[in-house]
Formats: sequence, C-alpha cells, structure tokens
Amino acid sequence: MALQIPILKIEEFLIVSFQTELSDREIEELRESILEKIKEQSARGLIIDITALGVIDSFLARSLSSIASMANLLGAKTVVVGMQPAVALTLVELGLRIRWNLATALNLEKGLALLRKNLREEVTSLG
Amino acid sequence: MGEEVLPVKSEYDIIYVRGSGRNAAARIGFGAVDQCRITTAISELARNAVVHARGGVITIRTLEDDRKGIEIVCKDEGPGIEDLELVLAGGYSTVGGLGAGLAGARRLMDEFDIKTEMGRGTTVTIRKWLR
Repeated sequence: MALQIPILKIEEFLIVSFQTELSDREIEELRESILEKIKEQSARGLIIDITALGVIDSFLARSLSSIASMANLLGAKTVVVGMQPAVALTLVELGLRIRWNLATALNLEKGLALLRKNLREEVTSLG
Repeated sequence: MGEEVLPVKSEYDIIYVRGSGRNAAARIGFGAVDQCRITTAISELARNAVVHARGGVITIRTLEDDRKGIEIVCKDEGPGIEDLELVLAGGYSTVGGLGAGLAGARRLMDEFDIKTEMGRGTTVTIRKWLR
C-alpha cells in the first residue's frame, strides 16, 4: 500500500504531520522517505507533528527515536511537536529505555522557533 | 457493552483492536488518561501476538459486577516465552521490544496476569478498574 503522507519544506526544515494512526510498515516507509528527503533538500531540521495521535506505544516511540537519530546523522535536528498530555503521561509510565535524540515543543510554531534558534547558534559558533 | 472477540493477525488489526479498546474504555466511563493507558497496553499485547506468535485473539470485556472495569485477554498459540522473569523486567529489547512492551502494559494497568507454555502459547490478561 502506497503511503501518502506529505513531507513539507519550510525554510531549511521539513515538516511531517501524522494525521492518522499508521501501521508498523507505514511508519518504516515514512522513515525512509523522511531520510531521503532530508538528503535531497539538505534539510537542517525536522519537525514531526503528532497532535492527531492518541496513542504512542513502544514501537512508535522507538521509531520516533530512531528517525531522530538517523536524521541527526544526516545533519538535521528533530523536534516532535503537539504531544497530547495523556500520551506524554502514558509514555513516561511505559518506562521505555530509549535515548531520546530529539527535542520537543508544545506546537508547530514553537518547534519552528526552536529549530531557527539552533541554526542561528550554530552559524554564530562557526563564525 | 459485554464482550468483543477480535482476531489480531496483521499490523492493521493492531490499529483496529486498540480503536475498539479505546471505544470500550470510553463507554465504560474511563477518562482521557486511562483511555490512553488502556489503548497503549492493548497495542503492546496485540503487537506481541502479531510479531512473536503469528497472531492471536483479543477479547475485550466490560466488567460490572461489584466494580466497573475493563478486562482484555490476549491469547496466542505461539512459541511461548522462555524467560518470563526477564521479559517482565523489560530485559528483552530485541524485535521491536517484546519485553519493554509487556512490562509496559503491566505498568499501565491495575492487574496483569500471564500464562505461558513452551510450544503451546501465551495468554495475557490485563484489567483496569474505574475509580
């Protein structure tokens, strides 16, 4: 089944929004498309919007973490935005041993601000 | 109300059963956080059955004798779990995190019971009570 999740570009960043619950295979396909797109667009940041998700189980948590780690290797920082309070609570209680190689922000706007700030600081420290 | 018996064979069934679980939890009267806990726990059990036992059957039951609550039973005829203690401690993190999933489901619910027999299968029963 072909997956139709748009990966949008704004400035030097990519934005992916999870609008429906995805199957494991769809999540893996999406991971590949995201990584390809990061390379193709030389993106410096990735925003994953999970506002519409009512559940994050251990598989999805691991997938988000691995997408972020891989994006990081390609030079793009990941920010997960829009996590619902009940999802955050459940995720902590699940007690997964995951290294979260990502940042979080309350919403898309704050996520974008965070990526812009990171990029500015990087440029400053290089100069 | 009552009981729903749902097969879990594929990844898509995982999404379907946890949707049914969320609806049942909402009908029983659980709040948003408990609905999320129950849905997540069901997802862990269902994935466990699909990934490690080539599928199983999940029964979602409304409990309403002296207390109201929800019971989910996930039964598979897979290989069984060899080192149950290790798995429940979250010690296995291979193949999408079998141990983390079961241990997590246990933490999210009020009651957790598991019966496993090598070569015969595994039955996990979880319950949550309405407060």
